Amino acid sequence: MSEVLLEARDLTKTYGGGGLLSRRRRARPALDHVSVSVSRGETLGLVGESGCGKSTLGRTLLRLHEPDSGEVFFEGRDIIALSAGDMRRLRPEMQMVFQDSYAALNPKRRIGALLAEPMRVHRRRAGAAWTPAEIAERIDELLDLVGLNRTHLQRYAHEMSGGQRQRVNIARALMLSPKLIVADEPVSALDVSIQAQVVNLLVDLQQRLGLTYVFVSHDLGVVRQIADRVAVMYGGVIVELGDTDTVLHRPAHPYTAALLDAVLDPHLPFRRRASAPPVVTGADSDIGCRYAGRCANVAPLCRQRRPELGGQDGRMVACHFPLA
Amino acid sequence: MDAEAVLDVRDLRVGFGRGVDLVDGVSFSIAPREILGLVGESGSGKSLTSLAIMGLIPAPGRVGGQIGFRGTELLALSEAERRALRGRRIAMIFQDPMSALTPVYRIGWQIAEQIRAHLDLSRRPTETRVLDLLSAMGIADPRRVASAYPHQLSGGLRQRAMIAMALSCDPDLLIADEPTTALDVTVQAQILELILRLRDEFASAVLLITHDLGVVAQIADRVAVMYCGRIAERGPREAMFGAHARVHPYTAGLLGSIPRLHGPRVARLAAIPGSPPNAALRPPGCAFSPRCAHASARCDTPPPIVPLGDAHEIACILPAVAAEPDHV
Repeated sequence: MSEVLLEARDLTKTYGGGGLLSRRRRARPALDHVSVSVSRGETLGLVGESGCGKSTLGRTLLRLHEPDSGEVFFEGRDIIALSAGDMRRLRPEMQMVFQDSYAALNPKRRIGALLAEPMRVHRRRAGAAWTPAEIAERIDELLDLVGLNRTHLQRYAHEMSGGQRQRVNIARALMLSPKLIVADEPVSALDVSIQAQVVNLLVDLQQRLGLTYVFVSHDLGVVRQIADRVAVMYGGVIVELGDTDTVLHRPAHPYTAALLDAVLDPHLPFRRRASAPPVVTGADSDIGCRYAGRCANVAPLCRQRRPELGGQDGRMVACHFPLA
Repeated sequence: MDAEAVLDVRDLRVGFGRGVDLVDGVSFSIAPREILGLVGESGSGKSLTSLAIMGLIPAPGRVGGQIGFRGTELLALSEAERRALRGRRIAMIFQDPMSALTPVYRIGWQIAEQIRAHLDLSRRPTETRVLDLLSAMGIADPRRVASAYPHQLSGGLRQRAMIAMALSCDPDLLIADEPTTALDVTVQAQILELILRLRDEFASAVLLITHDLGVVAQIADRVAVMYCGRIAERGPREAMFGAHARVHPYTAGLLGSIPRLHGPRVARLAAIPGSPPNAALRPPGCAFSPRCAHASARCDTPPPIVPLGDAHEIACILPAVAAEPDHV
């Protein structure tokens, strides 16, 4: 599975900057020279805390956000350089599933119409429009795949549970047989019993359809269940990248270790009380390592030189003093 | 009524208009300095339970049963008497601190307002108390935070400010409704640590309402699991978590639904089939039976509450079945 489906090179993205009401503070980049690749059929997990850039990276990989600089190659083509028309023709290959299943569905339209929408919008693919019968057949296929049935087609989004709505969103994303799905916290808003169902569904769909996933989540347990490799982000950069169990069981970056230490796993109830890290209000470093201000192992070098992402054996880490 | 308990809830019922009881006969008690974790999924009735204790169920809501607070029956009090308790002796913190803080006043003013409303303190001692409270929350620069507006603070600092406000009058009972759900894990760990420390320093009992079994396993002394408006299980934390724990099938299902960070990775999570029922469509017997792998015809009548161990009880027929002589 080493064939690369998607490769991002040196992506940079800074939000804001300049509006009429802005205070002209120099904005910190949400993505700061990020490079990552995803092989066909694998799941790459993007983890980190709010503001780390994981959602921005997920969206930029689909060119839902335009990067300030850098390239994204999808099957060898730089999609950032594509014209709007070429990009639209490529869209069926790459789809997104969002956290808020309700916001992603038009409340005024029935589920059946919402499922048909992708095929109506992209009807001229390969020259011929889909007939209503073809669309209905495809909807039937998808309902079956995601565990819904025809009675759901007449419903509105508010008449369904959160788990059912997320199944609708997954079905919609799959209508055009994409190769790549970027899922941004797709199970975070669901109850745990439903969350497990949807995680299982995503794993099944990947095996049956050969999908490639970029799975954005703050939940390390869920990421471990679904991801082959994981990228840990902090302050707009990838600080650690590698095989999921390597990264999660032998973290090399102090930030990864701190994240893991803060996870409350009910399967290991008496392991320890979470040792509270100190309350940090100071800003992250602009010159050296971004994490230096919060890092327990900080050394003078960390404040002088920014560590680059490097390494081998299925793991890369951006730290001057890696733990493993 | 349990005179020792800070809070003693007996057969609590909450419903609206002519609808079914959304909270259907819930009982639990909380001892002084105890943290009780009330666990449930959306629609389980855990938040309605907390609102009933606070006296905040809006019309046309009805609240039945008994809510004993330090020996006083809350449901027998007048609205004015309840208002005097609320914020003073029973305080509450929420998932979203922005909904508990007004955006147009500084943090310090808002905490001071709470103190002014309930305690007879003059201006200087009030100010001192505000700064002391903020420092007690582990905030290094209380003056800066006190003079900030809520939007100028991070989520973790806002949560601390709200907890400071809740604790400003030394409440006997702190109700925390999903206090860490919106926070990043490292901040969550800090806030939970804070709640543990405050339980000791302020000697408050805590009713911790959450959907997160990880949080409960970490800091609760006792746990009550709600399902569809009823208590499915209650017991000491030690009895409910760990490799050999015997628990209600629903609790077991919840634990199986949570992916493991350690040990072998399972191919599929042991998800609970179906979804939680709407209370209006609650089945006549055990509410969990339609989703339960062990369900039988005997689950069509309401399950008895049976003891499994020391102060550990579940609402399930299974232990009784297992104890029958002809059971293999």
